[in-house]
Amino acid sequence: MLGFTLSRLVRIPAIALGVLTVIFFIFKAVPGDEATLMAGATASQADIERLRGQLGLDKPVVEQYATRVVGILRGDFGYSSTFRGNPLPHILARVPATLALMACAIGLTILVGLPAGVLAAVYQNRWPDYLLSFLVVGLLAVPNFWLGLMLIVAFSVQLGWLPSFGFTGWSSLVMPTLALAARLIALVARMTRGVMLEELRKDYVRTAYAKGLDARLVIVRHVLRNALIPTVTVIGLQMGYLLGGSVVVERIFAWPGIGDLMVNAVGARDHTLVQAITLLFVVGFLLINLAVELLYQVINPRLRHA
Amino acid sequence: MRERNVYLWAGGAMLALYVLVALFGQWLAPYGGNDQDLLNVLAAPSREHLLGTDQVGRDLFSRVILGTRFTLTVAVASAGIAGLIGVTIGLVAGYFGGRVDSAVTGLIDLLLTVPNLILAIAVASVLGAGLAGLIIATTASFVPSLARLIRGRVLEIREEEYVQAAIAIGMSDARILARHVLPNALTVIVIETSLLTGQAVLVGAALGFLGLGVQPPAPEWGTMLSGGREFLEVAPHLVIAPGIAISLLVFACNVFGDGLRDRLDPNYRA
Repeated sequence: MLGFTLSRLVRIPAIALGVLTVIFFIFKAVPGDEATLMAGATASQADIERLRGQLGLDKPVVEQYATRVVGILRGDFGYSSTFRGNPLPHILARVPATLALMACAIGLTILVGLPAGVLAAVYQNRWPDYLLSFLVVGLLAVPNFWLGLMLIVAFSVQLGWLPSFGFTGWSSLVMPTLALAARLIALVARMTRGVMLEELRKDYVRTAYAKGLDARLVIVRHVLRNALIPTVTVIGLQMGYLLGGSVVVERIFAWPGIGDLMVNAVGARDHTLVQAITLLFVVGFLLINLAVELLYQVINPRLRHA
Repeated sequence: MRERNVYLWAGGAMLALYVLVALFGQWLAPYGGNDQDLLNVLAAPSREHLLGTDQVGRDLFSRVILGTRFTLTVAVASAGIAGLIGVTIGLVAGYFGGRVDSAVTGLIDLLLTVPNLILAIAVASVLGAGLAGLIIATTASFVPSLARLIRGRVLEIREEEYVQAAIAIGMSDARILARHVLPNALTVIVIETSLLTGQAVLVGAALGFLGLGVQPPAPEWGTMLSGGREFLEVAPHLVIAPGIAISLLVFACNVFGDGLRDRLDPNYRA
């Protein structure tokens, strides 16, 4: 397992370099003069020229690319007009907020989605099952940003229970988590229900019942354990959604994470910052995917050494 | 099976309704999209303004109706264009294999490491806001996964005996692709693009909400939601109708896509 982890870890910088190359040249193809954009509306022509010289924007693109790659290896992502310098420390300062939001969303998904799917399977074709399919279809159609707005209307404006933006304590996490997790909960519940139904018909379940095991024990200890594998798959496949969704959700709740920063960067036409954040999202995505694969091997011993 | 046909028809009927509203919205809307009723700013729903008015006195009902066209244009255009590009890439990479395939697959795998919405945001920030930028950004975020999926299907088809036979009798590649490979991949293509349409509605509206889509004062639903965000405390009605319009459209697309999948794909059982 250590060998597997290492071989995967080694690939991440290579992929990151590839992605960096693609986005660097795409952003270089943007019409408009970068130095003029960065200097801002009030800058004089002399200021613009000075900035161009300072940032090396007058050099050939390939040289700029090489400088950027070498810079990133040293932890310098280039000149961000928002922070008037290397944006890396400012981005890293916001990582914990985004990670906390994602972790809470995953936690809530497991806490709610898994039991909901199990219940629906156990009560197949009875009201808990119908209620769940109704909720799943609904939650998959509702955009997370609208759900967020509706939560604010209900819990902040009408009831006054929860703060509607920023971070003012743990209660601030409730609504962003719900908005982000809703889609995941629906997907996990649907997946769990399907797999549980399949597993419940298998021989080992009949054997367990035949030897007189308590129904709850059979479901929790035997069936659920097998049903867990596809559930992890679903969560793993949705990591991309979770990262992208966090951008939108952070925006609604003015959550001080990287996604909120990214939208600000786009608005300010701070291309260096947009590229840096995109790159960090990719690296984060790859690391999370690796973690999911490792988790797989923990819960499914059949996959080990595969 | 019968029950599923209900899905197909119900989803289809809802979609048809949206299309009609998009086509004839101008005549259905009681007011113009930018007509201001300055005496009734942020007014609650009333007989005069069925869904109330916004911060500058524009009729919300009219704006939701007129916004249908933007959302459907973005969704259909980006799913369609993504379909065309994805199919072309998938066919070429899957059929010809070899170096072409490795190059294309390498690039696709690279792009797949960028989460869908992040890719759309990055592309939108390169292109700048606007309808064209929005469509390209949404399209770009779908092409990699679609191309990969179709390539996989084409790889399967390529090994089928009828394709091998066609190659053996010296049929030209173009003819094999058009006569044998494409028709057999069509089911996957139709199902996936129809399901993509719902996703495109969500991505398009999300970009609009983030201020990267159609710019105000155009009545685009995502943009309207982000405008209403500031007035949640005094006028929550501003964010209710556009959200319901988006959700029902996505719902219709999903139901229609699922119905289509059950009808067309004999291997799939829900």
